[in-house]
Amino acid sequence: MERLAKRFGGFRALDGITLHLHAGEVLGLVGPNGSGKTTCINVISGLYPPDGGQVTFDGQPIGAQASHRLVRLGINRTFQSPKPFLSLTVRENVDLAAYYGGREAPLGVDALLASLELDRMAERPAAELNSAQQKTLDLARAMATGPRLLLVDELAAGLNPAELARMAERLRRLAEAGLALLVVEHLMAFIDRVTDRVVVMAAGKEIFEGTLVAATQDAEVVRVFLGGGHHG
Amino acid sequence: MPKAVSAIAGHPLRMRRILVDGAIGAVAVAGMAAMRGLYSNELMLFNFIVFLALAQGLNIIYGFTGYLPFGYVGFYGAGAYGFALTVMHLHLPALLGMAAAAVAAILLALLLLPLLRLSGAYFAIASMAAAQAVYEVVANPALEDITKGPYGVSLAEVFAPAVSYYIALAILAGTLALVVWLRNSRFGLSLQAIRDDPVSAAMAGISVVRGRTIAWLLSALVAGLVGGVFAWHISVFYPDTAFDISISIFATVFLLFGGATTLSGPLLGVLILYGIYNAIGVTVPQYFQLTYGMLIVVLVLFLPNGLVSLLTARGIRVP
Repeated sequence: MERLAKRFGGFRALDGITLHLHAGEVLGLVGPNGSGKTTCINVISGLYPPDGGQVTFDGQPIGAQASHRLVRLGINRTFQSPKPFLSLTVRENVDLAAYYGGREAPLGVDALLASLELDRMAERPAAELNSAQQKTLDLARAMATGPRLLLVDELAAGLNPAELARMAERLRRLAEAGLALLVVEHLMAFIDRVTDRVVVMAAGKEIFEGTLVAATQDAEVVRVFLGGGHHG
Repeated sequence: MPKAVSAIAGHPLRMRRILVDGAIGAVAVAGMAAMRGLYSNELMLFNFIVFLALAQGLNIIYGFTGYLPFGYVGFYGAGAYGFALTVMHLHLPALLGMAAAAVAAILLALLLLPLLRLSGAYFAIASMAAAQAVYEVVANPALEDITKGPYGVSLAEVFAPAVSYYIALAILAGTLALVVWLRNSRFGLSLQAIRDDPVSAAMAGISVVRGRTIAWLLSALVAGLVGGVFAWHISVFYPDTAFDISISIFATVFLLFGGATTLSGPLLGVLILYGIYNAIGVTVPQYFQLTYGMLIVVLVLFLPNGLVSLLTARGIRVP
């Protein structure tokens, strides 16, 4: 995406940010609350039309297409607060995405549910799942559409250490299979396990790009995260 | 299509559900057909069929997408007048009048498509205002040459209550089949997904606008056909009768009393509540408003999700 801009009234949520992501790569998007990370995902996934700039996918500008069309192109996402179809069963949640997603997923519905350990609860209503399971179902539904770009919005929040480790492993496996992943996350240990490089955002702009280790040593990044004025 | 997807379509559990749903629908239609030979008040039986079909038609738009149109009667009235104008002015056979009823309701639904941009109470009230606007046009004395204005229409030339009774039954059967299909098809599931969360539905590749539009048109089509067959069966009626808001209210209460999204809920709602309505009307009509009002209050307080919630709350799937 090039010089992407999004305004809400007078507030500039995205202020000309540029990101590049390649197949098989995991890019972490970090920054304080309100820095524009989720807005970035919302614009790429078609939830908000951009006010400026361009999102390009596979060399083609995707403009302001509706979300369901972007899904069929190969872009999908998960949500910070999981959003399964609560009145449907786990299997129906995933089956619908496999059917309407319009792309052949590498795994069928049954294999996908098994790979994400949702197979034992396949016939249960999604409303009966706990928060971690609903997050996994969000991921399963996105995967069922056969995405090539997966936008992951705070998947780690609320997971216990064992669940975190499993989720990190899953995301790494997806990248090894050739998916491009954009991971928005506050939990730095998770970002460290999953990502190849990070972009740090503040006030809708990119302030750093590089490895997570380098980011923690960058004076501007430290100032944005910890606050305080300039020294010296 | 991925292999696993086609495997789901033939799922044995789903086949059993379709059979159970189909059996319930068949019993309802056969019961209403048999009652005509057993009970002499045909008009009351006909009204039962009207509300059985209307409650299911409303189920399509409310149960599956969450939109509750208080002005649902607008499609019913459009169907009634679509039928009446065709028969009166063009002197076409009643069956072509029924086709005109369907077209009138669909055209009105297309005209009102922008209402789907609203939601909740705003949508409900706007749809009621739209129905009232159509009524005002139809009942306008200046249009007497076309609609007969407020003076009503007479369709004696096509009056055939036995035929129209069975046509109404056929419409009920078609509507029940439609609801069975919606409950057991991926399209119906996609509508429920849109109702649960439109943003997530879009990220499952579902076209939210297309799904809502189809449900809206199907729901309007049912009401239009029911309105058309009402006009055929009654043959003399007024705008106040065809656009009576209590038709919307009754259909809504019956649907909510039984339980939306199910097939059996609206059927039970009509059979129980419209049964009580008629019993009170015959025995103690002076207490009708009081009794019916109290019943609705009790329903809203203690069974907000309808009768079927007594079972669904215990994890039992209701057909």
